[in-house]
Amino acid sequence: MKNDLEIKNVSFYYDNTLVLDDISLSYNRFDFLSIIGPNGGGKSTLLKLMIGLLQPTQGSVLLFGDLPLHVSHRIAYVPQDTLANKDFPIKVLDVVLMGRLCKSKAFSTYSQEDKRIARSMLKKVGMEAYEHQKIHTLSGGQRQRVFVARALASEAEILFLDEPTASIDTAGQIEIFKLLKTLNHEVGIVIISHDINVALNYATKVVHVNRTLYFHDVPNHEPMKFFDNTKEHFCPIELISATRCNHIHPKEVL
Amino acid sequence: MDILQFEFMQNALIASLIVSLICGIIGTLIVINRMVFIAGGIAHGSYGGIGLALYFGIAPMLGASLFALFLGLIIATITHKNSTRLDSLIGVLWAFGMALGIIMSDLTPGYNVDLMSYLFGAILSVSHEDMFGMSAVLVLVLLFSVVFYKQLLAMSFDAQFAKLRGVNVTLLYFALVALVALGVVIIIRAVGLILVIALLTIPPYIAEKLTHSMAAMMALASLLSALFCSVGLWISYAFDVSSGASIILVATSTFFIQFCSTKLFK
Repeated sequence: MKNDLEIKNVSFYYDNTLVLDDISLSYNRFDFLSIIGPNGGGKSTLLKLMIGLLQPTQGSVLLFGDLPLHVSHRIAYVPQDTLANKDFPIKVLDVVLMGRLCKSKAFSTYSQEDKRIARSMLKKVGMEAYEHQKIHTLSGGQRQRVFVARALASEAEILFLDEPTASIDTAGQIEIFKLLKTLNHEVGIVIISHDINVALNYATKVVHVNRTLYFHDVPNHEPMKFFDNTKEHFCPIELISATRCNHIHPKEVL
Repeated sequence: MDILQFEFMQNALIASLIVSLICGIIGTLIVINRMVFIAGGIAHGSYGGIGLALYFGIAPMLGASLFALFLGLIIATITHKNSTRLDSLIGVLWAFGMALGIIMSDLTPGYNVDLMSYLFGAILSVSHEDMFGMSAVLVLVLLFSVVFYKQLLAMSFDAQFAKLRGVNVTLLYFALVALVALGVVIIIRAVGLILVIALLTIPPYIAEKLTHSMAAMMALASLLSALFCSVGLWISYAFDVSSGASIILVATSTFFIQFCSTKLFK
């Protein structure tokens, strides 16, 4: 079967700094993929390359077998909760309606059908009671649910989330991950997370990015009782999370 | 209302209403897109266009508009390249425009247009041609904001998301900067270069807190701007003081009252 997302030997430079070095990765929408790694390790860059907001310096990124920007109507992006303008005059429902941008007619207002879909997505994330509230009156966790609803309203096949829980407490984070886990029955989830424990609990695949990339299956989230050394190395994911390493042996060994 | 028996007063009032509508819409887009400094750079830099127009003998406002569009194009290109030095570059264009304007008017033989009227506005002496130009810009602004409302809202709220949803963010941003440039030049006619930023930011800033949608913010900002202009004009007439400065004093006083009251009752 063809993979939904195929990254082959991608390197990326910001100005003259090498951010990502010859990484390869494939992904299918049935998986819940968590991207972890240190700050500045290239997590966001990798996500932006996946959806076409950045172009690789070398290598290729194929989404549904095409250039990411050509198929952007089939995916949706949930940014970090950085509401730069706190007073932005917009209601929750209007935010979700943005997800309908490329489904609705270009020069008219949103249709009743668009509104119906937007409302049903708000319901799906448990925010239907807030549709008339101004977005900045919500808590960080509520706001992220709205952004997830906006992504869902676009009828995307894969959701890409860039640290959606960065400013949310642990309880709120778990709520969001539970929601995403449920959604994963219908749509693909690719998520950057700074909280490794939460990420590993819900993911079926994990990649650790720090210029290079380590790939992991998490078949049944079985925590490791002790560090076994059968593969004769510890990779970053093992060391951070104490789950068993099952990746293909990388070039670098710690 | 004996104030309205003078034709120049009627003209000033009509002109200020047109300007208010432009201010409300363009100002809202400037404030929510955090383009205040860009608007300031274009406003000041456009003085270069006045100087060039004087030197080459074309209409000053036409020269200012063309030059403002030119500056807007440069700024939008820099923004598009995502330069972290955008503020410094705007500062350079700001100074360059003003210096060029002054040198060119120095080089122009004979009578020079009053710099003060450009700096502080001359709404009491607007001509019918001015009003025609203002109406044309207003129609353009209205069309743009109605036709592309969804796209403008999406870009202002989250440009990356809008891009991924198929909005041509680059083109829309260039168009927005071009309209800001035209709008700024038109508003300069009313309140002058120094004060244009106040009229573009204060009404939207107050309106932003009180409204729940971008359209409502535009409407309320227009209304507030119209109020500031008419009260300012009346003060200018009653006390025989400068019209542009009166309008801005009314606007800034309202701003301070609103600012202090929200801080007090929080």
